[in-house]
Amino acid sequence: MNHNYQKDISGCGLTGLISKSGELVPGSVIIKSICPMRDRGNGLGAGFAAYGIYPDYKDYYALHIMFDHGTARELTEEFLESNYEVAKHERIPHQKTKYIVYHPMLYRYFVKPKSGRPDKEFADVEGDDFVVRTVMKVNSEIEGAYVFSSGKNMGAFKGVGFPDEIAEFYMIEDYKGYIWTAHNRFPTNTPGWWGGAHPFTLLDWSIVHNGEISSYGINKRYLEMFGYRCTLLTDTEVIAYIFDLMIRRHGMPFKTACKAVAAPFWKDIDDMPEDEKEALTSIRMVYGSALLNGPFSILFGHSNGLIGLSDRIKLRPLVVAEKDDRVYMASEESSIREICAKPAKVWYPRAGEPVIVNLDNKNI
Amino acid sequence: MRRSYLIPEFVVDIEHTNCRRCKRCVMNCSYEALSFENKVVPDNFKCVACHRCVVYCPEQVITVRKNPTDFKGSANWTDRHRLDIWKQAETGSILLTGMGNDLPYEIIFDHLVLDACQVTNPSIDPLREPMELRTYLGKKPDSLEFVETPDGKLKLKEKPPKNLKLEIPIVFAPMSYGAISLNSHKAMAMAAKEMGTVMHTGEGGLHEELYDYGQYTITQCASGRFGVHADYLKRGIAVDIKIGQGAKPGIGGHLPGEKVGLDISKTRMIPMGTDALSPAPHHDIYSIEDLRQLIFAIKEATGYKPVSVKIATVHNIAAIASGVVRAGADIVYLDGFRGGTGAAPRIVRDHVGIPLELALASVDDRLRQEGIRNHASLIAAGSIRSAADAIKAIALGADAVAIGTGALIAIGCRVCQTCHMGRCAWGIATQRPELTRRLDPEIAAERLINLLRAWSLEIKEVLGSLGLNAIESLRGSRERLRGIGLDSQTLDILAVKAAGK
Repeated sequence: MNHNYQKDISGCGLTGLISKSGELVPGSVIIKSICPMRDRGNGLGAGFAAYGIYPDYKDYYALHIMFDHGTARELTEEFLESNYEVAKHERIPHQKTKYIVYHPMLYRYFVKPKSGRPDKEFADVEGDDFVVRTVMKVNSEIEGAYVFSSGKNMGAFKGVGFPDEIAEFYMIEDYKGYIWTAHNRFPTNTPGWWGGAHPFTLLDWSIVHNGEISSYGINKRYLEMFGYRCTLLTDTEVIAYIFDLMIRRHGMPFKTACKAVAAPFWKDIDDMPEDEKEALTSIRMVYGSALLNGPFSILFGHSNGLIGLSDRIKLRPLVVAEKDDRVYMASEESSIREICAKPAKVWYPRAGEPVIVNLDNKNI
Repeated sequence: MRRSYLIPEFVVDIEHTNCRRCKRCVMNCSYEALSFENKVVPDNFKCVACHRCVVYCPEQVITVRKNPTDFKGSANWTDRHRLDIWKQAETGSILLTGMGNDLPYEIIFDHLVLDACQVTNPSIDPLREPMELRTYLGKKPDSLEFVETPDGKLKLKEKPPKNLKLEIPIVFAPMSYGAISLNSHKAMAMAAKEMGTVMHTGEGGLHEELYDYGQYTITQCASGRFGVHADYLKRGIAVDIKIGQGAKPGIGGHLPGEKVGLDISKTRMIPMGTDALSPAPHHDIYSIEDLRQLIFAIKEATGYKPVSVKIATVHNIAAIASGVVRAGADIVYLDGFRGGTGAAPRIVRDHVGIPLELALASVDDRLRQEGIRNHASLIAAGSIRSAADAIKAIALGADAVAIGTGALIAIGCRVCQTCHMGRCAWGIATQRPELTRRLDPEIAAERLINLLRAWSLEIKEVLGSLGLNAIESLRGSRERLRGIGLDSQTLDILAVKAAGK
């Protein structure tokens, strides 16, 4: 891995929903929501993430992996078998469709790290960290293998196609989740590829993104200091890793992490009460390299909630609506109206102001 | 007297028919190249092309040009080589010079170009949107911890180390009181205050008249310890330990006794008229452990203000910088081989060290590979000639840049490279009272403020074109640079792609 890697840049449409009570929503709902935003994509990428889809294996990491060829699969499985207890592995259910004929091999593995692992390099690394290292290792060292989902009781499904095609391909309507995100991709600088579709995930974190991270270069170099390797050739990847670094590894509250990636302007910080001013000044000092600059609106899913966030000058749209126990977030209001005709409340969050929605009961 | 084989470097032409013989040029020529005998008479041998006479001639009848006398052509035995040999054959001395390396080494900054936004990512108009240049220099922790307040506000659990706050990522480079005049120092202090940045005292201490500007000053502890006392160190906002200088790595400083008048004597704490010698090694630093002890001694003495360590860019600079950071430096000041000097042996100035661009890129890389990039900030210096150089240095990994020669040029310096003679006609690099008073500190400060403001506007404009609204998003973002005409090894060291890729 070096600077010669080419990143990919994208515009896009996104939508997501959360049932705060943890009620499982069928995939057909999110498909209905993403499809009206067809013009926000160009057929070169779409994807879905869902939480709560693997209740039978909820204590296992569900690794979704795409392989370009059999050797990549053999090498990856060899690594997994020697380092993980594999409860189940299988092809990710999918079907040939009219438009999606060629695709990588798609497998999923429900795994737990073994206690005695032959991989000495990470021998003393704990569960989540070991999985992160595994993802980095597979993605960067095994040519033709890409882990595209690695959380528990959740999964990402993505590929090259329009959302309706990808949904049909993965049979998304067969899944039920309490959080859903979906993405329609419009890559403009390089052709879309399967690994470059959204959502981008790491552990339970999943990101769908509309925009372009102008600070990608420094975000990537910053993450490399902490052992992350950006190999999926798309700027969105850094967002997932930055949140993992801040929230999981540095123990930062969600809201604070949002203040770091979409930091308030100095002129606003200077006017804040002393404690807050000091805290936000320190965030910008310490996490300046993690500031996400450029246009973005993102939906950030995790096992306990959904966050919507746009950049600090709001160069990309984001609309939020609420009805009963459900919160909807999307690039366009029409997407929400399609699945919730009469929301109780609709609003456009201010630039850089995160919309943070958590489950009522975190033990789902 | 033996005949000199040298010929004048410049020729002064005076259009006598339009000259009104006011003698202003004669009065202005501190190098005594002009005299008056019924008309102005030049002594071309003494002219250094400082342009003072040209600028101050009310009739504009003076022209200074390079001596057109041709040498028999040779790409190998250049005019420069021949003139140098004649000089040394006549004097038996080291060739001394001022200012920075002027040899035609490739200037890498000139082979780097910046990115700009088009359709997918909108550029930002700095006239309508905030564009932030604020920069904090110093050690940062890898992470922060917070406590929840009852009202849900953010509060830090522990404060990070003190950092140096700059409103613009440009500081004034260390130039000592002695090498340059008090009025030059005053101008920089005033400009630094106005622009929310800092001036750097260099190794000559801080004149008492400038104590009120302490918060806009980085004080320096060089090997000579001139002017270094507790009050001086505490006045500044940060302290710099000078280990090396880009123009003369491995070489110490020398202020001739004739420049040490009463004020300099008091400020430097040395007797009047004595040579102020600051050798390259500090008497108490012969290892990285010794440097660590001095860093922490200074931190103890100053209540843990940021400590900077200035090093010249040499071959193994990445490992050296890593050691400096691990020794506790909060700021590493990298001085490239084009950095300026008041006086240096020309052979050292021109042939020792490596270009700033390569040093900066490899230091930033190395600190990242070792996971300690957050532990110190990088100031890049050594011929930052324009806002473009500053932007490219930041994209290569610098937190801020320092300008020395650039600042002097702003206040009148013509880069005649004769600072070491102490006759600076512009009152900048001299201590002669009749010359120093030529520099009005307020006018000079205004020029410096204008320069910094202009560069800041240019930086903002480029940031906007890059679709960025905060300087920290450009820092180290080499993705936004491309190289033109650089070989693959250079590109590899810079970690910059070739244009078109």
